[in-house]
Amino acid sequence: MTNSGISGVSGVELKQEDFVRLPKERNLSDAIVRPSVSYWSDVFRRIRSDKVAVMSLGIICIISLFAIFAPILCPYEYETTDLLHTNLAPCREHWFGTDSLGRDQWARVWIGARTSLLIGLGGAIVPQVIGIFLGGLSGYFGGWVDMLIMRIIDVGVCIPSLVYVTLIMLWLGSGPAAIILAIAITGWMDSARVVRGRMLQFKNREFVLAASTQGAGSLRIIFRHILPNILGQQVVSVSSAIPGAIFLEAYLSFIGLGIKSPMTSWGQLCQVGASFYRLYPYQLFIPGLLISITILAFYLFGNCLRDALDPHLRD
Amino acid sequence: MSEILLEVQNLKKYFNVGKGQTLKAVDGVSFQIERGKTLGLVGESGCGKTTVGRTLLRIYEPDGGKILFDGKDISRIRRTEAKALTRRMQMVFQDPYASLNPFFTVGEIVGEGLKIHKLCANEKERQERVYELLQMVGLNKDHANRFPHEFSGGQRQRVGIARALALNPDFIVCDEPISALDVSIQAQVVNMLMKFQQDMGLTYLFIAHDLSMVRHIADQTAVMYLGTMVEYGNTKEVYSNPLHPYTQGLLSAVPVADPDYEKAHQRIPMDGEVPSPVNPKPGCRFCARCRNATDVCRSETPQLKDVGAGHKVACHHVQS
Repeated sequence: MTNSGISGVSGVELKQEDFVRLPKERNLSDAIVRPSVSYWSDVFRRIRSDKVAVMSLGIICIISLFAIFAPILCPYEYETTDLLHTNLAPCREHWFGTDSLGRDQWARVWIGARTSLLIGLGGAIVPQVIGIFLGGLSGYFGGWVDMLIMRIIDVGVCIPSLVYVTLIMLWLGSGPAAIILAIAITGWMDSARVVRGRMLQFKNREFVLAASTQGAGSLRIIFRHILPNILGQQVVSVSSAIPGAIFLEAYLSFIGLGIKSPMTSWGQLCQVGASFYRLYPYQLFIPGLLISITILAFYLFGNCLRDALDPHLRD
Repeated sequence: MSEILLEVQNLKKYFNVGKGQTLKAVDGVSFQIERGKTLGLVGESGCGKTTVGRTLLRIYEPDGGKILFDGKDISRIRRTEAKALTRRMQMVFQDPYASLNPFFTVGEIVGEGLKIHKLCANEKERQERVYELLQMVGLNKDHANRFPHEFSGGQRQRVGIARALALNPDFIVCDEPISALDVSIQAQVVNMLMKFQQDMGLTYLFIAHDLSMVRHIADQTAVMYLGTMVEYGNTKEVYSNPLHPYTQGLLSAVPVADPDYEKAHQRIPMDGEVPSPVNPKPGCRFCARCRNATDVCRSETPQLKDVGAGHKVACHHVQS
């Protein structure tokens, strides 16, 4: 090339005077423009920007608020019978009508919501916590600890969960605590297996080795380095286990194993309502609809949460 | 007079791979490193280089042999002593993407060792030290609040180096610190490591498979093949006068930036595959691929022998 000019493809003549030497700014390529955002604030940002997540979370909040406040504000007690006003259709006095004993359905539905949501949350969180603890132990320490826990699980999963559930109900009676315990006894095994696998996967990651070459002990490695990396996925599995637990409670109550009258839950309301649904369909459909909406909302939220927590989708 | 900082005698590390099979990742490796010097450890993938480095730092328990660090055998020490030792022996890891915890800020990563060993009186002092370390490796203090995913590979590796330097160690294992970086960054990182060596009198075990980089940084070079050391000596000597057929093959494979030389140059071919390190047969481990192999190579394991001036070779066909 000569100094006089360089002919471009499009025929534009470029002369050396056309080029200006820019001052070289120090480390311009090393500068980071994006403001620093921590992982969790990034997660919240992404949940906020997701319409489905906001809507499903909104529905969950509204139902929870009703479950907390509606029975307090309602003039009727959920267990007070009124034999003069049985099987009323929804009206101004009784918003959801009354049942065959004249109990106010509005009060019963929201008391039932308390039971169902409590079982949903407890039934999702309790087995997860047990699973994280035992699975983590199993994966991190290996050896005979691992052997013992894994063999217990191998045997445990062979027995159908309904067997445990029935036995525990017979033993502890039919309260929410018994249902949560029954779910926990079968549910921890799956999450323990998952956590063990993740633990094995992270145990030999270079950043974990790096922590141990810095002198970090087992506790620090587990709680500061490995668990935060695992926890996101487990939060997702909690949120998708909630509908499962709500549904299991509904199912147990529906077949007569779960909550017993006068205490109530959505499943129990459905069971009672199902016997009269041709005459009084609202006694079945209102609690049924609430179960469906709640389960759907938790599922959708769990999905969005999984996307928001996935570090590969960070932008 | 130079003193020996690290001496490894007949180091062995076996992994149990099930069904009664043993993977002999490192099988009788010996070397020594003088204080302030660099030993380059080369060999192809899977030959046990990384295992040697990790065993020295007690990430793996050695199955045999001695590791003398500053005159003291550290191959059988207890956990608490091993923790104290981490102040003096550090490691720079191969993959800068995997070696930084994604949930930690760079400041937390670099300052973690300071926190564990309680080397700083208070939070502010530690902060200052972290800033100082980041500046040493060419980052600045604004980077301390950032997360690893915001950095490029080269910057991440600098963070890894800052972390290794945080505890003022004497000895650093550099486990292929540059193999994941592109060439222009490799030179920066290696030159930085060499500068720190001069300034702080650091001793390195530099693990690599890039022979020209090892020639640049290492005072001594050791060549490993399938868990054993085949040649060991001063870098100049090993590179100018390679005696083991494996070393000769490796060196002839190094490309030279000279087309005329490359045209005339005849590479020494190495046929065949690396045999499995699971239950290796007796005899020279290289014999299946060696042009000079004879019966003695297949039956007897060659020992490292000195051929003069500290140049050692493990080959039956090299006369001492």
